[in-house]
Amino acid sequence: MSKKSFRQAINEALRQEMQRDPRVILMGEDIAGGQGGTAGVVDAWGGVLGVTKGLYTEFGANRVFDTPISEASYIGAAVGAAATGLRPVAELMFVDFVGCCLDQIMNQAAKFRYMFGGKARTPLVIRAMYGAGFNAAAQHSQALYPLFTHIPGLKVVVPSSPYEAKGLLIEAIRDDDPVIFLENKVMYDDEEEVPDEPYSIPFGEANLTREGDDVTIVAFGRMVNFANEAADRLEKDGISCTVVDPRTTSPLDSATILECVEDTGRLVIVDESSPRCNMATDVAALVAEQAFDALKAPIRQVVPPHTPVPFATVLEKLYLPDSARIESAVRSVMAYKKAKQDA
Amino acid sequence: MQIAHDILLRSYRSMRTIRDFEERLHVEFATGEIPGFVHLYCGEEASAVGVCAHLTDTDTIASTHRGHGHCIAKGVGVDGMMAEIYGRKTGVCHGKGGSMHIADLSLGMLGANGIVGGGPPLICGAALSHKVLNDGGVAVAFYGDGASNEGTTLESLNLAMVWQLPAVFVCEDNGYGEATGASYACAGTQKARAAGFGMPYFDCDGTDFFAVYEAAGAAIAHARAGNGPVMLHVQLARWYGHFEGDAMTYRANGEVASLRAEHDCLKNFRQRVTEVSLLEPSALDDIDASVKDEIDAAVTAAKNAPLPEPADLEADVYVSY
Repeated sequence: MSKKSFRQAINEALRQEMQRDPRVILMGEDIAGGQGGTAGVVDAWGGVLGVTKGLYTEFGANRVFDTPISEASYIGAAVGAAATGLRPVAELMFVDFVGCCLDQIMNQAAKFRYMFGGKARTPLVIRAMYGAGFNAAAQHSQALYPLFTHIPGLKVVVPSSPYEAKGLLIEAIRDDDPVIFLENKVMYDDEEEVPDEPYSIPFGEANLTREGDDVTIVAFGRMVNFANEAADRLEKDGISCTVVDPRTTSPLDSATILECVEDTGRLVIVDESSPRCNMATDVAALVAEQAFDALKAPIRQVVPPHTPVPFATVLEKLYLPDSARIESAVRSVMAYKKAKQDA
Repeated sequence: MQIAHDILLRSYRSMRTIRDFEERLHVEFATGEIPGFVHLYCGEEASAVGVCAHLTDTDTIASTHRGHGHCIAKGVGVDGMMAEIYGRKTGVCHGKGGSMHIADLSLGMLGANGIVGGGPPLICGAALSHKVLNDGGVAVAFYGDGASNEGTTLESLNLAMVWQLPAVFVCEDNGYGEATGASYACAGTQKARAAGFGMPYFDCDGTDFFAVYEAAGAAIAHARAGNGPVMLHVQLARWYGHFEGDAMTYRANGEVASLRAEHDCLKNFRQRVTEVSLLEPSALDDIDASVKDEIDAAVTAAKNAPLPEPADLEADVYVSY
C-alpha cells in the first residue's frame, strides 16, 4: 500500500496487466510519443497527460502502438484485434473525439456478440478523458458516459478515486466484453492509499462511501467526491446521508440504489453529464417506477444546464455541479412537506 | 500459370455455389418469404473465390453488405447461411444477424457488415493480431468502390502502411455505389490512391477467375512475406440491383444482358479449362448437379427450421453482465 495519484493508479493497472498477459496491448495517439520526431526521443510524452509514461520503454514496440491522429482507423483496429485474439486497451484521448469513431464502437464492437449469435468475444477497453473543470471548453470537456450507457453491448466505467480506478481498470482489461473506461481529467493528481499488488473490483456493484438515515445521494465519477464533501457538512447539522457510487453505469447496480432509497426515503442524484437522458434521469425513472411508495419527497437532480461546456472560468464554475449545490438539494428534500396531505 | 487440379475443382465448386445460392435467393425473395434486405453477389463470384483460394482458416477476412460470396468462399456452410437469411434458430448467427451480418470467426470470417467502410479498420486490427501473435496469417478487407470514398477506408490504408501490417485491401469495383456510378462518385483512381499512401497496387479483371487468382496470389504473398499492406483493385460488375427489389433504373437497357453473355466467370472458366483439357466437362457437370442439390436442400431445410424463441431476445448481448 502506498499513496498514489489517479494517474499512477491507472499506469500501474496497465503495467501489471501487461506483465500478466502478453495479449494485452496498448494503442493511441502519443501514448509513447516522439516517433519520427527530430529529437529521436521515444516515450517522449506517455500520453497527452502522461498516464501511459514508461510503458513503451518497458514493453516495446510490439506491445505499445502509437497511432496517427486517425481515430476511426485505430479504434476500429482495436475492435478488430480484440475479435481476433488480442486484448487491446485503446486510448481515445478525449472522449469528445468519439464523434470521429462512433461507428466502430456502436455498430461494430457493441454489436458483434449479439449479431453473430453469441459466437464473438471482443475483449476491448477504450480509455478516454472526460469532464469539465479544466477550461478545455465545449469540445474537450463533455461527460459522455450516458451516450455509451445507452448502447447495449457496451460496459461503462466511471471511477471516482485512484483506488477505484486501479481495481476497475484491471477488471475492465480482464473482462471479455467491450468496456468504455472514462477518466475525469481533473482528478489525475488526486491521491490516496492504493495497494501495490493487482486487485479487481467487480462491475455492477455499487460502493457506499457514506451510510446514513435521511437522504440517499447517488453520484457518478468525480461527483462522488463532491457528494462526500456535502455529506460531511450536512452531518454536522444532523442530516445523515448515504452516498452511492455506482462505479459502472452499465451494468448499473439498481438493487443497491433501490435498497438505499427504501431506507432513507429521499433521493438526490448528482451527474455532471448534460441533463437530458443522462444517468440522473435514468436513476430517477428507476426509483419512480420501483420505489415510489418509499419516497417522502420528490427526487432532486443536481446536474448542469442543457448547454455546451463554457470556456471562461466563471461560467464553467456555474456550469458544474458542486458540493454547495448538492448540500442545498439535500436540505430542500429534507424540508419538503407533502402539502396536499398536510392541508 | 499452373493451378493445381484440386484448386481448380474447389474454386469452380465455390463459384457455382455462390451463383446458385444467389440466383435461388433472387427467386425466393420475390415470394416475400425472406425478411429484410438482401444484396446479391451474382456476377462477382471470381473475386471472392480467386482471393480466398490463397487463404486458410488462420487468415481473416472482413466483408460487406454484399457478403454471401465472401462467406461461401471462406468456407461458411450454405445450410447455416440460408437458415440465417430466413431468420431461423439454426442459422449461423441463430437468426439474430441476417443476410448482412453472417460471420464465423472460427473460419476467420469477421462478418459481412451493414456499414459501408466498416471492414477496413477491423482488418487493420486483425492484421495487427496476426503480426503480434506471429501466426503467419494475413487479413483481407473486401470493400466496394462506394466504400473507397469512406474516411474509414482511407484512414485504414494509412494506418496499415504506418504499422506495416499484413493486410490486403481488395477494392471490388462494380461501378455503382447503390444507384450512383463510380465515375461520378470516385475522384481520381484507386491506383493513384494506393500510390498516395506508397502502397503497392495490383489490379485484375474480376470476371476472370484466372486473372483474380494470379493477381491475388501476388498481392497476398507480398503481405504474407512481411512486406506490408497492398491494394488489389478488382474490376467487375453485379448482375442484380443494389438490393433485391431495386429496378435498376440507373442502368442502360442491355447492360446486364451483355454482362451475362460476355462476362460470366463460370462460363469463361468452363471454356478455358475444357479447351486445354485441364478438366473434363463431365467433372464440371457433376459439380453443377451436386451444388443444385445442395442449394435445394438448404432452402428446404431453412423453410422448415425452427424460429428463434422468446428467450433468445435477451441472450448473448454480453459474455457476462
